[in-house]
Amino acid sequence: MMKFQGYRRPDGKVGVRNHVLILPSVTCANRVARGISQSVIGTNWIEHQHGCGQLGADADLTAQVLVGHGAHPNVFGVIVVGLGCETIRAQDIAANIKKHCPYKAVETVIIQDAGGSVNAIAQGVSLAKQMVNDASLSKRVSIDASDLILGTECGGSDACSGISANPALGVASDLLIDAGGTVILAETTEIIGAEHIIAGRAVNAQVAARCFELINSCETEVRKMGVDMRGSQPSPGNIEGGLSSIEEKSLGCIHKAGTRPLQAVIDYASPVNMKGLVWMDTPGHDIEQLTGMVAGGCHLVVFTTGRGTCCGSPVAPTIKVASNTALFESMNDNIDVNAGTIISGLESVEQVGKRIFDELLEVASGNPTKAEILGFNDFAIRRIGPTI
Amino acid sequence: MMAKFRAIVMKANDNVATVVEPIAPNTGVDLKVGEETVSIQVSEAIPFGHKFAIREIGEGDRIVKYGEVIGLATQNIKVGQHVHVHNLESCRGRGDK
Repeated sequence: MMKFQGYRRPDGKVGVRNHVLILPSVTCANRVARGISQSVIGTNWIEHQHGCGQLGADADLTAQVLVGHGAHPNVFGVIVVGLGCETIRAQDIAANIKKHCPYKAVETVIIQDAGGSVNAIAQGVSLAKQMVNDASLSKRVSIDASDLILGTECGGSDACSGISANPALGVASDLLIDAGGTVILAETTEIIGAEHIIAGRAVNAQVAARCFELINSCETEVRKMGVDMRGSQPSPGNIEGGLSSIEEKSLGCIHKAGTRPLQAVIDYASPVNMKGLVWMDTPGHDIEQLTGMVAGGCHLVVFTTGRGTCCGSPVAPTIKVASNTALFESMNDNIDVNAGTIISGLESVEQVGKRIFDELLEVASGNPTKAEILGFNDFAIRRIGPTI
Repeated sequence: MMAKFRAIVMKANDNVATVVEPIAPNTGVDLKVGEETVSIQVSEAIPFGHKFAIREIGEGDRIVKYGEVIGLATQNIKVGQHVHVHNLESCRGRGDK
């Protein structure tokens, strides 16, 4: 049995971190959320540009992402900060988090009710101090790897990503699935041209049909815009790194997902409550993808890169894997694992895959990632409607 | 331990190789294609991570990497020539066509 040291929550879910999270329900509350967090060691915070001027499904999706982060098992407790007049109200977000996790410490601070931002920060600081103290009493216990949900991501890819880092992550994905765990494949745009391969691994015809539907709707959007996708997919950096087309990028990307059967296709930020390989429908945009997978409950993320990236989720530890040794050396303060040894012939894909798997168990047990050490808290919510 | 090659061919039916070390013009490069080792004279400078043709590719032909189509050739490409966005056209995500 593969084990790691994690937090067992009262509802049976597991956490790999024990965050006290300061969460603004609306962009107008960002400064206060940051002010609270910067005054209390042991907290972290999120910033975003939404929560007002949104309607219908778009507003619902933003609320779902915020609730998903607050309710995340890596979060011990959460302080939701609102302005007071916004569409997505802090009280509603807090109530929804409490509904999902009745055991969780959840507080709200409303800036207009508190009498300004200085008073709101003071109120939040007082609540946060107590919450950090309570969180410090939680103890890590031995937990089976089968409880883990891994998010996979590639960003700033080069032509080596599909040869070294992604196939090695695929080996780690297979190891986790074989141990009984869950792996998320995402980035729908970056499956265009490789959908037949993923659909061929679907557990039934319905799941396979959904794969083709997602890709079709993604390509329909591109056709509506009347553009050649190159320049965004692949990005200028991708092209400079040797990628020539979305098909080439996709065929490299899907290696992250290993070789096991595809169990389900789910919507952006939806709760992941199945085992095995799952495809979440997200944009290719790195931070929107990361945020969607974490909102769905992924505990940690392995993020492969060939050009280099420094981002990290505020809630799920984000492990960076370099596709080439030059990058591992040049951006060493951001990169955790070197898969460039495959390119230089020093290690096999299987050997690096095993190293990534070992690293993810270490990180799940508390070892900080480079992104955590540097305090990255990147967060971006997918929009599916206009701002009103 | 794997053998060290300066360029990698992912599947035996690929018609391009990806270089893992920059290659200068007019350089002979050994490649593993399936179980065989073949030598190719690379005619142009190939930057790290870029591709060159390992077979003759005619205008309109499919360009194959990972054993799958990654685009179509927009001109004739000779063995050893650089294959990139100047002579490879994506077939997908083309709202402009």
